[in-house]
Amino acid sequence: MAEPLLEVRDLKVSFRTEDGIVHAVDGISFTVDQGEVLGIVGESGSGKSVTVMSVMRLITDPNVMYQGEILYKGRNLMGLSKDAMREVRGEEIAMIFQDPMTSLNPVYTVGWQIEEQLHEHYTLKKGQARRRAIELLGQVGIPKPEQRIDDYPHQFSGGMRQRVMIALALSCNPDLLIADEPTTALDVTIQAQILELIKDLKRDFGSAVVLITHDLGVVADIADRILVMYAGRIVEEGDKDQIFYDPQHPYTWGLLGSIARLDRPKPRRLTAIAGQPPSMINRPAGCSFRPRCPQAYDRCKVEDPLLTAKVGSEHLDACHLSVEDKRARRDATIHPELAESA
Amino acid sequence: MATFIIRRLLWLVVVLFAISILVFLIFFATPGVDPARQMAGRNPTAATIKNIKHEFGLDRPLPVRYGLMMKHIFISRDLISYGSHTKVIPEILAAAPVTLSLVFGAAVIWIVFSILIGVAATVFRGTIIDPLLMILALIGISIPVFWLGEMVNLVTQSRAHGFFLFSWVPPLGYTPLTQDPVKWFEGLIFPWLTLSVLYIGFYARVLRANLIETENEDYVRTARAKGLSERRVLMRHTLRTSLITFVSLFGLDFGVLVGGGALLVEVVFGLPGIGLLTYNALTSLDLPIIMTTVIYGAFFITLASAMVDLVYAWLDPRVRPA
Repeated sequence: MAEPLLEVRDLKVSFRTEDGIVHAVDGISFTVDQGEVLGIVGESGSGKSVTVMSVMRLITDPNVMYQGEILYKGRNLMGLSKDAMREVRGEEIAMIFQDPMTSLNPVYTVGWQIEEQLHEHYTLKKGQARRRAIELLGQVGIPKPEQRIDDYPHQFSGGMRQRVMIALALSCNPDLLIADEPTTALDVTIQAQILELIKDLKRDFGSAVVLITHDLGVVADIADRILVMYAGRIVEEGDKDQIFYDPQHPYTWGLLGSIARLDRPKPRRLTAIAGQPPSMINRPAGCSFRPRCPQAYDRCKVEDPLLTAKVGSEHLDACHLSVEDKRARRDATIHPELAESA
Repeated sequence: MATFIIRRLLWLVVVLFAISILVFLIFFATPGVDPARQMAGRNPTAATIKNIKHEFGLDRPLPVRYGLMMKHIFISRDLISYGSHTKVIPEILAAAPVTLSLVFGAAVIWIVFSILIGVAATVFRGTIIDPLLMILALIGISIPVFWLGEMVNLVTQSRAHGFFLFSWVPPLGYTPLTQDPVKWFEGLIFPWLTLSVLYIGFYARVLRANLIETENEDYVRTARAKGLSERRVLMRHTLRTSLITFVSLFGLDFGVLVGGGALLVEVVFGLPGIGLLTYNALTSLDLPIIMTTVIYGAFFITLASAMVDLVYAWLDPRVRPA
C-alpha cells in the first residue's frame, strides 16, 4: 500500500475570460490512498468541483489552462491521449454529480443507460449486461429491479435517481469514486440514506471515495481525511478527528461555528462567516482569507501563509498564528465546550 | 398509447369540422354574395339559377345550406367551379399528387442536409468551418425562392441547356410518377433543390443552436463521465434530444407546404399543384375552389400537427401518458 491511488501535485487550473485570467485552482496537492474516503469541504467558488473535474478531464471550456500533475496509479492523467483517458473514465475513476433530476438522459431507460456504460468498457454476451444492470440496481437498494430496469428516469424520485447514478458509476468496479455534492439536492432523510449507501458500497466494492460537499455534517460520518478549500487553495488538511476536535485554521472554525446545533439553546441568528470570497482574477497580497478573518494581524496582510504541518505530521494548515494562539482564540469562536479537548 | 392516438385523431375531426363551418360562413354566408348566380355560369337562364338555388338550399336555413355544401364537397363531389365550370374535386385530386411529390422530395433532401450541416457546424465549432456553414445557411434563408427558381431555370433550361450537365432537364411541367418515373424525377429534381434551400438553411441553424444548448446539459456531462466517445455522446445523447424540437418545427412546416404553401416554386417551375390552383382561384375569386382548397390545406396542417404530437410522444417518454 505504498503508492497512493491518486496523487495531485501542485495543480493549477485557470480560465481565460474577458475580464482576465480566473485562477480557479491555485496550486493544490493531495493524495488519496486505496480504499480511503477523502472529504473536500469548501464554499461555492472554492475550486473543489474544478479540481475533481480536472482529474476526470471533463472540462470542455476551450479557454482552460492546466499546470501540475495528476497521477493515478503512477500515470500522469494530464499526459494521456483522449482515447486512453476515455478508458480511465467510468472504468477506473467514476463520478456522480449533484443534481440527480437532470443527470440522467430523459429519453432512455435506466437499464439502457447502465448497459451503455457496460458495453463501452467490456465485451459482453447477450443478456449479460442486462443481468448485471439488474444486479446493480438491487445492490443500490432499488426495489423490484427486474421491473424498474425498463423505467425512465422521470419515473423515479430524486433519491432513487441518485441511487441509479451510483449504480451507473459503480458498474465497472472503479477504484476511485468521485461524488460531487451528491446529497445537496436531496432532502435530509434521503441524504442520510445515500450516505449510508455510499459507505456500504465502499466496503463491498473496495473503492476509494472523494466526497465533495459544503456541509461538514456530511463528512463527519463518512470521511477518513478532510481537506478544507478556500479560494482555490487548501487551507487545512487532516484526519477527521483532527479537523473536528483540533481545527487550526480560522476558516475551519468559521465553518464549524456556523453549524446549527440541536444540543444548544436556539440562537437568535445563525452565525455566518462575514464577507465574500475574493475575486479569483487578481489575488491580493498576503492571506486570501484575511479580509474575513477576525484573527488577522499585520503579518497576514503581507505574507501568504504556506500549508505546513505544525501540530502533527498529518495535520497541515495555512495560517500564521502559533498553535497556542490558535487554541486560545479558537474556543471563543466556536464554543467553550471545545476548550476541553485542546 | 392507443387511447392517446385515438384521442388525437378524434380531435383532428373536431378541428376540421370547426374549420369547415368557419370557411363556409366566410365564403357563402356573407351578405351581398350571390352564389347561385356565380355558379350558374355565363348567361344563366332563370331555370338554371333556380335549380342551383334548390341544389344548394340557398333559400333554406344556414345549417341546411352548410349540410348541402358539405354533401356536395365530400359525398357527391360535384361542386362546380365558378371559373372553369368543371367539377372542383377532381381538379383538386389531380393537383394534389403534384404538390405531394414536390414537398415529399424536398423534405427528404432538406432533412438529410440540414442534419448534416447542423451536426458538422457543431463538431467543427471553433474552426473556420462553423461560421462558413452558418453563412451559407443564412444565404439559403435569404434568397427569395422565386428568384432562385428563375435563376435555376435560366441555367438549366436555356443558357446551359446544351451543356451535358443540364441537357437532360425536361421542359417546365409535371409528369406523373405512374406515367414515366424517370421523367417524373428529372422534372422534379430542380424544384426539390430550390424549395429545400430555404429550409436547409433554417433547420441547420436551428439544429446547431439546439445542439450547442444541449451540450451543456447535465446528462451530457454524465455521458462523457461514462467514458463514451465524443461521437457517441453527440449522436446518441445530444442529437437525440435535440431532434425533438427539430421534429416539432418540421411537422408544422411540412403541413403548411403540403397544404399549398409551395406556391412560388409551383409557379416558377410550371407544376400544376394545389398552390398554383389556389392562386389562380384567388385571382378570379373562384369561391368553390378557394373554399375546398382551404379545407384541404386545413386538413393537412391539422393532420401534420397530430402527427407531430405522436412523434413527439415517441421521442420523449416524459410526454407519454402514464
